[in-house]
Amino acid sequence: MKTFALLTLGFWLLAVMLGHAIGLNPNQIDLDAILQWPSLQHWLGTDDLGRDILARVIRGVEVSFMVTVVVTAVTMTIGLSIGLVAGYKGGRLDHVLMQVTNIFLAFPGMLLAIAFAAVLGAGINNLILALCLTGWVTYARLSRGQALALRQRLHVLAAESLGASSVRVMLLHILPLLISILLVEAAYSMASVMIAEASLSFLGLGIQAPDASWGAMLRDAVRFMLVAPHYVLTVGVCMMSLILAINLGGDVLRDTLDVRSEARG
Amino acid sequence: MIKRFATLVPVVFGVLCLTFALLHLVPGDPVDVMLGESASAADRTALKAQLGLDQPVLVQFGQYVMHLLHGDFGASIHTQTPISQLLWQAYPATLLLAVVALTIGLSIGIPLGIWSALKAGHWQDVMITMLSIRLAAMPAFWLGPVLMLVLAVWLGWLPVSGMTSPLTIVLPALTLGLGLSAILTRMTRTSLLEVLSEDYIRTARAKGLSERQVLLKHALRAALLPLVTIVGLQMGSLLAGAVITETIFSWNGIGRLLVDSIEKRDYPVTQACVLVVALSYVLINQATDLVYRWLDPRTRGTQ
Repeated sequence: MKTFALLTLGFWLLAVMLGHAIGLNPNQIDLDAILQWPSLQHWLGTDDLGRDILARVIRGVEVSFMVTVVVTAVTMTIGLSIGLVAGYKGGRLDHVLMQVTNIFLAFPGMLLAIAFAAVLGAGINNLILALCLTGWVTYARLSRGQALALRQRLHVLAAESLGASSVRVMLLHILPLLISILLVEAAYSMASVMIAEASLSFLGLGIQAPDASWGAMLRDAVRFMLVAPHYVLTVGVCMMSLILAINLGGDVLRDTLDVRSEARG
Repeated sequence: MIKRFATLVPVVFGVLCLTFALLHLVPGDPVDVMLGESASAADRTALKAQLGLDQPVLVQFGQYVMHLLHGDFGASIHTQTPISQLLWQAYPATLLLAVVALTIGLSIGIPLGIWSALKAGHWQDVMITMLSIRLAAMPAFWLGPVLMLVLAVWLGWLPVSGMTSPLTIVLPALTLGLGLSAILTRMTRTSLLEVLSEDYIRTARAKGLSERQVLLKHALRAALLPLVTIVGLQMGSLLAGAVITETIFSWNGIGRLLVDSIEKRDYPVTQACVLVVALSYVLINQATDLVYRWLDPRTRGTQ
């Protein structure tokens, strides 16, 4: 399991770097060679504009990874700050912040991200914005719960009675104890951010043509499914391998950091 | 009971605020975005008045809430059809899809999960686990087309898409249901394994009950209880996940209405769809909570 996850992640990393090294062009149109089956020249065949599917898949991983990392970093920071303050300070502030969190949780799955992306307009920046606006909620809930429990710990009480400021207590005495749980959550949520990105692009709300993205590629692939089934199959298998690897990587991280599974959710 | 529903009020109010705010998040003038550059000045003023955008924000919000309380969602800006009428047509289709998908998910997920737990460590368990984590890694917008390709195009067993015959529900429901079954399999397995290691199961075995009785009368009841919560949460994801599945299979439900309205920039319809799905989700979760409390003797009676 562990080796599979590492191998897959390594494979995609290598592919992206190699792609840059040999100057793969994912946008090169060749109208004489549309929707071709895999061949020596195009290992995974070509799409409806004669572009090399392999080159586009590799470019798609890059874009997808970029979006995922940015969104995860931003949402984790926002969620962590809100959760930490709410859990540690408690009282009215906690009440208000949690009420806001509950409102965001009232929208199932990606619905809110779809709605935000729809009104903000398409494009990669708005896509990232939409995913950030909706993604912080889980982190906020998780870190609030942890902070709530941790603020009763003896070392926190000791630091407080020695006159440490609340910022100092939060950053130096509480944060280090909840960060591993948050990191595990982040690893798992990377897979869902990736799916969300692809879903929005699939609906035409994310990354725009001609830039390659897995969601947009699948949207095209479905249209040409009858004449070129290899298109939809290859893109899907690539995507599945990466998502699976990220999930398994999350398992590995969880076991390494020794976070109990109850900590999730 | 009444108290529990009272806790919903702030959440519902927040949901209203957020869906109301959607229209105001449109960069620039929403009227320009919806009508396009070429619209005449008269059309713009008319739409502005129709949407109430010519009034102060607080007044707009007040009117929005008042209209909703009267069941008035406004009208589509393109066809002028009342949105409530569109919702009435689309909602039952989505609900039907969700219920069929849930049935598929449960009838595959629970038996596989039980089997997997009973054979924990054996090859059957390993196979089921491998299969379910792979299935869980398949997003609907890939699983859907693949199912369509194999079952409808290559094998020709099922109609490709649309809503013409009763069979057309099979593919979209399978797409949603298979993903759900993967989650339920894992949950059932974990939950059952936990219960089987409890003392009272050992007691049941020690007093000479058959494995079958231990499983059916003692273990399953406790093991399946946490699934109630999961099913409630997943029902909401089904309503939202239907957005993509309905688009792929041309299923005229709320998800497709949402996507269509986004493509036509018919924002009042978009708002209404988001609101209706979110409110359904809130209600389903509240109902699940009540069912759980009623089923679990430990929490029955405590409020």
